[in-house]
Amino acid sequence: MTRATLALAQRALRLNLRRPQFLAPMLVFPSLLLAINTGGLERTTQLPGFPEVNGFLDFQLAAAMVQALLLGGVTSGIATALEIEGGFFDRLVASPIPRGAIVVGRLLAAGVLGALVVTWFLTVGLVFGATIEGGVGGVLVVYAIGVLAGVGFGAIGVLLALRARNASTVQGIFPIVFVILFLSSAFFPADLLHAPADWVAAYNPLSYIADGIRAPIIDGISATPVLRGVAAAAGVVVVFGGLSIVALRGRLGAG
Amino acid sequence: MTQTGVVVGALVRRALNEILRVPGAAIPGVLAPTIFMIGLSAVFGEAAQLRGFEADSFREFIVPVGMLQGAAFTGAATGVNLARDIEQGWFDRLLVCPAPRVALLLGLIGSAALRALLPMTFLLLVAFAMGVDWPGVDTVLLGAVLVMALAATIASYAIVVALRFRTQAAAPLMQVAGFVAVLFTTAYAPKALMADWLETVATINPVTLVLEGVRQGFVGDVTWADTWPALVAVSGLVTVFGLLAMRGMRRVGV
Repeated sequence: MTRATLALAQRALRLNLRRPQFLAPMLVFPSLLLAINTGGLERTTQLPGFPEVNGFLDFQLAAAMVQALLLGGVTSGIATALEIEGGFFDRLVASPIPRGAIVVGRLLAAGVLGALVVTWFLTVGLVFGATIEGGVGGVLVVYAIGVLAGVGFGAIGVLLALRARNASTVQGIFPIVFVILFLSSAFFPADLLHAPADWVAAYNPLSYIADGIRAPIIDGISATPVLRGVAAAAGVVVVFGGLSIVALRGRLGAG
Repeated sequence: MTQTGVVVGALVRRALNEILRVPGAAIPGVLAPTIFMIGLSAVFGEAAQLRGFEADSFREFIVPVGMLQGAAFTGAATGVNLARDIEQGWFDRLLVCPAPRVALLLGLIGSAALRALLPMTFLLLVAFAMGVDWPGVDTVLLGAVLVMALAATIASYAIVVALRFRTQAAAPLMQVAGFVAVLFTTAYAPKALMADWLETVATINPVTLVLEGVRQGFVGDVTWADTWPALVAVSGLVTVFGLLAMRGMRRVGV
């Protein structure tokens, strides 16, 4: 199981690196949006009710990470769907490896991509003047939540691919990614959101994941947002990872 | 000239037919600008409370951005569709038919300009339903002209990329240009409230003039002083990128 999982994860990562059209949107679009948000709305930190921050860039880093992690999930889904369309998935099923390794290997790769996303945005943030209030411990917390969320969003992508079985349908959820993101406190403090984002954000796990990543950056390590962030990310992993395994079994049964 | 017009018309009709034949491919491009408009105004709505913000509400300020985003998405989609036609061999058949290259190009660009009206119309209907004030017929007509011209510009750029790379895998390269061109402007805030670096970029970026031209009826009145720079900017953009696309079209398959 372990060898097959690692081999499939390595293959998934190699393919991602060989196809820059997969990786680039995941990093380029959130980076551009980070620049635009930060440059265009930096004065919003002066609004009454905005938390104490060193700058709007510090606040927006978590939003960019969550956005990139979600796009990473879409990327994992598209890659899985392409393997189904191209017949590689059927060859994997016919090979003598544990079936679970097909999903777990892909999720492991999604976790590594999550770490890449965190590294990219922490580097960009530090280069352009952000400060990590939580220090080294804070950075580790950001990595922990980022990687967990990366695996969870990867599981959503894999689940969609196993159900839809074609890449264009998975690609079609791209706008929905932004809907879910806008209906969270990822981009702006929850207390300053307008309807309907304000009340949806309270129930949206992305809010807790973003706040969990943001807290160590703008405020230091405090238990409540970090634990909520870990719990929300772990919840996404458990729920959608489980559903992916169920979908895989359903697909094998149907085959 | 008449035969050229027939070819252009046929290519435009083919592109428009795709909306009905493959609605799944068109829907994200139609929905995305509206989703951005609703989402951004819900998230950043409080920014309108900042001193120096020109609009009564952030939604009115952001609606014109959505209109231009629709143009950018549509223009990029034209390049992606061309890349698909190249991959599948259909474009090669077009090249060997006795139609001038300029007709093929005008067909592609014309279809992009017309298709850009679809996301714009949907966005405006949703915006008016959500309480954005009717800006007047002159604003909507001027907006339609500028949106169509920007879609033609981005389509020309995307055609250059499609002819160069000949694969749909180049889609992000086509999409990112419109994304940058539209958002690195006064999209989110007036220049006075921006970071210095973005103010500089927005000042250099000609799409800022186009955006201000579309925005004027939503935030204040339509004036000739804001209209002519927008028309000049978009005419310049269409000319430059149209010529580049024509150069690419003449070189392909030679």
